Amino acid sequence: MRAVRTITDRPSSLRASQAWAALFLLLPALLVFGLFNIYPTLYAVWLSLLDWDGLSAAKVFVGAGNYRELLHDADFWNSVRVTALYTVSVTVLSLAAGLAVALALNRRLFARTVYRTIYFTPVITATVAAGVVWTLLFDPVNGVINVGLRKIGISGPRWLSDPLWALPAVILVGVWKRLGFNMVVYLAGLQAISPEYYEAALVDGAGPWHRFRHITWPLLTPTTVLLTIMTVIDSFQAFDHVFVMTSGGPLGATDVLPLFLYRQAFRLFHLGYAAAVGWVIFLVVFVATILQWRLSGEGGWRRS
Amino acid sequence: MNRGGHRLQAIAGSLLLHAFLIAGAIAVVLPFLWMITTSLKPIQETFSPPYLVPVWFRWENYVAAWKAAPFGRYYLNSFIMAVFITAGQVITSAMAAYAFDRLEFPFKNVLFLLFLGTLMIPFHLQLIPSYLLVQRLGWLNTYAALIVPRLASAFGIFLMRQYFRTIPRELDEAAMIDGCSPFGVLFRVLLPIARPAVATLGLFAFLFAWNDFLWPLIVTTSPEKLTIQVGLAMFSGKYGTQWVYLMAGTVTATLPVLALFVLAQRWIIQGLTMGGLKE
Repeated sequence: MRAVRTITDRPSSLRASQAWAALFLLLPALLVFGLFNIYPTLYAVWLSLLDWDGLSAAKVFVGAGNYRELLHDADFWNSVRVTALYTVSVTVLSLAAGLAVALALNRRLFARTVYRTIYFTPVITATVAAGVVWTLLFDPVNGVINVGLRKIGISGPRWLSDPLWALPAVILVGVWKRLGFNMVVYLAGLQAISPEYYEAALVDGAGPWHRFRHITWPLLTPTTVLLTIMTVIDSFQAFDHVFVMTSGGPLGATDVLPLFLYRQAFRLFHLGYAAAVGWVIFLVVFVATILQWRLSGEGGWRRS
Repeated sequence: MNRGGHRLQAIAGSLLLHAFLIAGAIAVVLPFLWMITTSLKPIQETFSPPYLVPVWFRWENYVAAWKAAPFGRYYLNSFIMAVFITAGQVITSAMAAYAFDRLEFPFKNVLFLLFLGTLMIPFHLQLIPSYLLVQRLGWLNTYAALIVPRLASAFGIFLMRQYFRTIPRELDEAAMIDGCSPFGVLFRVLLPIARPAVATLGLFAFLFAWNDFLWPLIVTTSPEKLTIQVGLAMFSGKYGTQWVYLMAGTVTATLPVLALFVLAQRWIIQGLTMGGLKE
């Protein structure tokens, strides 16, 4: 009540002074966003229409040329395929695993918080460091994975240098990193389900699978949808661990789009071409973000 | 079924549950355990079969790794970068949030949406233009390149505004009557009350900055300005076969964040799951 009155009752000079104060308070954020978010985004439009190596004075305007070239670039389509495979696999697997752990933890249980902490640890671990460690775990001869497989009589593949197994290896690290996050959000979702549903189901004699299938899973749908979109957005932009583990190889088997963009821009100096790839990534992330905001209320922040 | 049967079933069920959770937990911590045991092995034992509980404790490996690459310098760089980014984001977010929550001014809603809108632009799109801008400013290989572009956070502004909303305006007005300027109200009245939001944002910003890779990778090339993550990636490229040293370096790079996590887990889990919604 009081707030409304203070604003409307004040003379216009006071309102003007509020505007000045606001400008002053917003200035630092405005400058940073303007220079390093808004300007780069606008400039990326122009850049994607150029043929330019970033060094020479000659910027050649090629219009939609870069985009046309992308359509006929087999390496680009390979990256699209790899990124799609990576994103779908990480999303499905990390949601399934996150839900499984959340279901196991959603009760009074000895050492519950210890489990939760352990499963969450990869989320806070730097992806670069994780990539370095996993590279060694995947070592064909001395890595813990193949040593373990040998113990049970299986001769493991050459993982990161095998075009067939490199992508699954990189996906595994993505799942490892994402699982804990999805677990925590699923746990919050599970705790929001009223116990009365389960009590009623128990009276009806429903078994655990039926309770999951007909109560838990449907009531978790909003959480699942939100997590799916968030994990897609996150894994679609994966770069760090792939860069460290394989740099996109062998034979492009793990060449995700962000790596393709990085190589075009900072190794081959095809700046315009790389900017066009940036817009492809934008398109997917933008659509997914809009969906997320639509589905989760104002700005996707309902949980806060 | 009788009562005893039910109890037996319950015990068996809970054992099965623990077996599942322990198996998963081992798979999750395997890389950490292996990283630590390897970093403490004698060099000549590098290729002995992997094991999970340390039996050797060669702390001198760390000294050797720190000599092979300037990890101390990387550490300092990451630390300076993360501290400035964290402090900067808290301050700029609090200032902007104060304006959005407490003041009336033209284009308020448009501006707020514009700020939030920056969240849906993937960083990869801004990467090249931002690089070109930083290059033109002459900032390559400087702390400015690492820090300045990260000094504002839409997530932070949103978080702080949500918190300020819960603080009654009577408090500001009382302070104003006592002669406090709007600035004084923000820093002496609101921020101290909003400590939980500051902690959440601060931890989120610090973790993000410490773990960040792509941007530091492209704006720094000289060894004196590399951050710990970039330094580690370079070290791995150069000494990829020297596992013992490499793991000592990796432990070095992850330890501060792991320690922070142990100390402030509740805040971190909360901050990250909330901040994750930002993407």
